[in-house]
Amino acid sequence: MNIEAGQQTSFDVVLDASADQPVGLLGGLTRRQMMKFCAGVAATMGLSQAAGVRMALAAENPKRPPVIWLHGQECTGCTESLLRSYHPTLESLILDVISLDYHDTLCVGAGKQALDYKHKIMEEYRGKYILVTEGGTPMAADGIYCKVGGRTQVELVREAAAGAAAVIAIGSCASWGGVQSAFPNPTGAVGTAEVIPGTTVINVPGCPPNPYNFLSTVLHILTFGEPPALDELNRPKFAYGRLIHENCERRPHFDAGRFALEFGDAGHRQGYCLYKIGCKGPETHANCPAIGFGDVGEGNWPVGIGAPCFGCTEKGVGFTKPIHALANLVSQTPPSLYPSVDGARGHGASPGAAALVGGVVGVALGAGAMFVKGMAQERDQAAASAPRKPEREV
Amino acid sequence: MTLSRRQFLTGAGAGAATAACLGSTPAQAISREPKQMPEGALGMLYDSTLCIGCQACVSACRAANDVDVGHVPAPLADWNAARTWAVAEDLDGVTLNVIKVYRDGDASVKDRATDGFAFMKRNCLHCVDASCVSVCPVSAMIKDPLTGIVTHDANACLGCRYCSFGCPFGVPQFDLNSAFGQINKCQMCAHLQAQGGMPACCDVCPTGASLFGPVALLQAEAELRLAAEPGSLHQFPRGDIRGERPMHEAAIPLYQKHVYGQTEVGGTQVRYLSAVPFEKLGLPKLGPEAPVRFVEGLQHKLYNYLLAPAVALFGLAWAVRRNKPGIDAHDDKEH
Repeated sequence: MNIEAGQQTSFDVVLDASADQPVGLLGGLTRRQMMKFCAGVAATMGLSQAAGVRMALAAENPKRPPVIWLHGQECTGCTESLLRSYHPTLESLILDVISLDYHDTLCVGAGKQALDYKHKIMEEYRGKYILVTEGGTPMAADGIYCKVGGRTQVELVREAAAGAAAVIAIGSCASWGGVQSAFPNPTGAVGTAEVIPGTTVINVPGCPPNPYNFLSTVLHILTFGEPPALDELNRPKFAYGRLIHENCERRPHFDAGRFALEFGDAGHRQGYCLYKIGCKGPETHANCPAIGFGDVGEGNWPVGIGAPCFGCTEKGVGFTKPIHALANLVSQTPPSLYPSVDGARGHGASPGAAALVGGVVGVALGAGAMFVKGMAQERDQAAASAPRKPEREV
Repeated sequence: MTLSRRQFLTGAGAGAATAACLGSTPAQAISREPKQMPEGALGMLYDSTLCIGCQACVSACRAANDVDVGHVPAPLADWNAARTWAVAEDLDGVTLNVIKVYRDGDASVKDRATDGFAFMKRNCLHCVDASCVSVCPVSAMIKDPLTGIVTHDANACLGCRYCSFGCPFGVPQFDLNSAFGQINKCQMCAHLQAQGGMPACCDVCPTGASLFGPVALLQAEAELRLAAEPGSLHQFPRGDIRGERPMHEAAIPLYQKHVYGQTEVGGTQVRYLSAVPFEKLGLPKLGPEAPVRFVEGLQHKLYNYLLAPAVALFGLAWAVRRNKPGIDAHDDKEH
């Protein structure tokens, strides 16, 4: 309720009386709906509501930079994932939120017509457009394993990246090669970053990645003119800053040592931790447990429905480690409640106990001394009263 | 009473001879023969580098041994009034198995001695030549002649707690919270083994950090791990080393080049591997000699035919007789 009220206040600053009238530019959305969407995106990134307002204004700007989307070695799953985003829907997304001017799968034109339009956009908006790559790039045999319009993917990526304001690699394939880069990697598939060394590529890995992680990244660039904070693998920190293990709804089962031992067993049916059947959550950074997939409510993500995480967002885990291999635990600190190996048990003697023991020992010593003294006195008296005897001869 | 010079010298000479005799005899001569591990000895291999600290073994141990989870440390008693959850702090009268953690500096990396952390499982090590068995005055601690597992007979125990003090690892603990407390220690789930099972902790361990099996096989597996190139992939068995559970593949860590328990106190049937020095994990540095060998040897010689008590008794009587005039009626009549 408070958030709603706060949004209302922020929106009313920038919205006029016609705020609830559908706006043609926004694909049928009212401005208020658009504002709410952008506020939601800002919240995803942990930004303030004011940033949501700025994002809405940036996305409404008719001169927003266009997006060019290239496909390489992939299954188009990332695009499919994007098509199923419902806030906003696809049409408002590609027409209003981003200006998706070229996309191998979605563009209306075909063949030369489509490529000509791509080149026109690249010239017109040189240094201003956002390049999105989906899929790996084959490097073996001069890259002949993937061609579009008679040119290799390597050439196309390098050409498009040369004039791009920012390069985003969507999906695990574009980030670091994906499934086709798995051993023995016959096509020499690599991620986009390796094709254009020296250029910062924002990786939004996942198989597929959550569309809202991608949208949030794009809107951050549009709004602030710079990419969001990135981690050492160039993934946006707002989405990939934490391990799946840290936010997993099955984490309490892990902490309590309750594991599914195999698929369909009693533990699995009760929703126990999937670590033992190969879940890679403890070594995979992503926000899957926090935002879920498919806009159908909470718990809708692989681990939520009983499938172990396979580590798609982590380089060297997904497509590299065997699916049922145990994950390494990449935890920052050991659990704080566990007892320490050097933990001393109990505490020293209390003053009362020391006094009691001291008293008992003192009494015993005193009694002993008195007894010995008494014996000596008795002996001396006996010796004094008896006539002195000569020493015995031995 | 004064002694003559001759008496004094005789006594002093005899004393010196006895002292010299005791002192110069090598401890080896007094120590009894070391006990040998039974051929079919069963044990456990705990690999600290595999342990993820999930405490599955701790809760399984409680369930398998009917431990009341009501034992809650004082600071947690309020919010855990329903007794649904309990933290094992250390081995105690009801806790037979506990996972402890070693922390150093920022504790950022697992299995690193500086600025790292490591887990350590504490339970009975089932010594080959067990002190607790030796010191128990009523034979309540029994070492199984076939499996070598040290079990505890609560009906025979009289609660003297000699075993608590005799154990070099502080394992047998007395339940001080109960009016009718008992000594308690890990018996390697002897009741489950009798039904063909394995210790509960090894059964549930997700990584095979606690591995059950014949000590000879476990020792061979430990030596295999130590010999392997760090970083190379190894198939780690889980549950029972003889079982058919799927192994899991992981890289060999930088082990300390020692199997703890192979030589310590004459050998133990629970053995440890770790990447952090064992002393830091609370396993004391101990010699290869079982301390009970010397103690038992010395005592059995001293108390042979009740010789030492008899000598002490007659010696004391003689001293009193010499020093207390008028002790016997005959003397009294004389004066």
